[in-house]
Amino acid sequence: MAVTSGKGGVGKTFVSANLAAALAARGERVLVLDADLGLANLDVVLNLHPKLTLHDVFTERCTLEQAILPAPGGFHVLLAGSGMVEYSRLTSDVRDKLLHILEVVKPRFDWILLDTGAGISDVVLFAVSMATDVLVVATPEPTSLTDAYATIKVLATQQGRRHVGLVINQANRPGEGKLICGQLQQVLQRFVGPTPGQSFKLELLSEVKNDQMVRQAVLKRHLLLEHYPGSDAAQAIRALATKLLEQSAAHP
Amino acid sequence: MLPDAEPYTDVWLQGIVDALCDLSSKDALTGLVNRRSFEMALDRELDRVARSGEPALLLVVDIDHFKAINDNHGHAAGDQVIRAVARAISQMVRPMDTVARIGGEEFAIILPNCPATFGAMVAERIRERVAGLTVAVGQAVPLTTTISIGGAFAPQWVRSSALLWTERADRQLYRAKAEGRNRACLESHIDSLVTAEEKGMLFAVTQQDSE
Repeated sequence: MAVTSGKGGVGKTFVSANLAAALAARGERVLVLDADLGLANLDVVLNLHPKLTLHDVFTERCTLEQAILPAPGGFHVLLAGSGMVEYSRLTSDVRDKLLHILEVVKPRFDWILLDTGAGISDVVLFAVSMATDVLVVATPEPTSLTDAYATIKVLATQQGRRHVGLVINQANRPGEGKLICGQLQQVLQRFVGPTPGQSFKLELLSEVKNDQMVRQAVLKRHLLLEHYPGSDAAQAIRALATKLLEQSAAHP
Repeated sequence: MLPDAEPYTDVWLQGIVDALCDLSSKDALTGLVNRRSFEMALDRELDRVARSGEPALLLVVDIDHFKAINDNHGHAAGDQVIRAVARAISQMVRPMDTVARIGGEEFAIILPNCPATFGAMVAERIRERVAGLTVAVGQAVPLTTTISIGGAFAPQWVRSSALLWTERADRQLYRAKAEGRNRACLESHIDSLVTAEEKGMLFAVTQQDSE
């Protein structure tokens, strides 16, 4: 599953990391792959100081096994690390390497979350194209919504996606996520238009309240789920995990 | 091939340098840009699009059933057809566009600052023009020929790679060939721009709600 967003700084990596922890707490084997080549910051969010990264795997300085690290929260991560800037240009070599890595790790995990970069770049679109499902993270800010809309539009038209999951982060009041999702869906229907025989569904999977505890956790570089498990936001993320598990059980 | 100027003068030397530049950047048969300088131009255009966000189109062109022309009428006739097609393409594009011969009967055109609707028009115009060509070869009945065109736009605001861009255009060329040749197929423009109308509708409810 790819976790992406139109705009940066909306909590994409926060959602990836905490969703991974929530899934892991349910006994799932989870890998978060830092697919934000170039501007990766999963290590910052998790307060990890990785010795070995995707970069080392690409340059054959270590094996893939060595670069898959255990993270707090009971899941595993494959970090991009610095030095990946040179891969921010998607060449066929980078594509092949990523695809190969994904093939190798696939059988070993129940969930692989691809934490992509923001925006609509080649690398992001490619990372998303490798995923079965897409989760778009957005905040109620107009700029974030505009960019989320642009991203979803491209996913629907270019990649022929029929289903995109939406997470509204930093919601100011209950029901805001539902309102935003409905609005996005309406504009999509009007301007992207239903392709014959294809319907597009934007599904609100979670509304995460603007929660002071989230800010605290992010600043301290702790997982929200571990340090403030009772917070509203943590409950929302756990509910998201439950929903995803139910959906995957229904469509294995 | 040596310049007319007095040997060993600056002008003479410059003439030699110019001639060498032409030799290394142009295709001898058609005078179009050759593959090597085409690749350089493609890289430059990608960098420009990443920076400016302007739409840019890459067209790849292949002469239909070219082997049959060579086999039935000889290589000299084949060369004449290639030159005629090259000339026709050059006449249908703007001076700022780069027209290159990138293979035997294969051409490529880089069109900077090319809106989606304009791109489809140009491709169609080129196809029509070539289909209307008659190439006189010796005493025989003049030859006619057609081309297939594939096209793809560069992703805006994005540092992409020349290889990806070319692959996407090539895929459209295969489509044009598969759909019966003598046609232009363009990949639909990756429309990631959000219009004012879209934004208006997007925020209509949310704004009312907060007022």
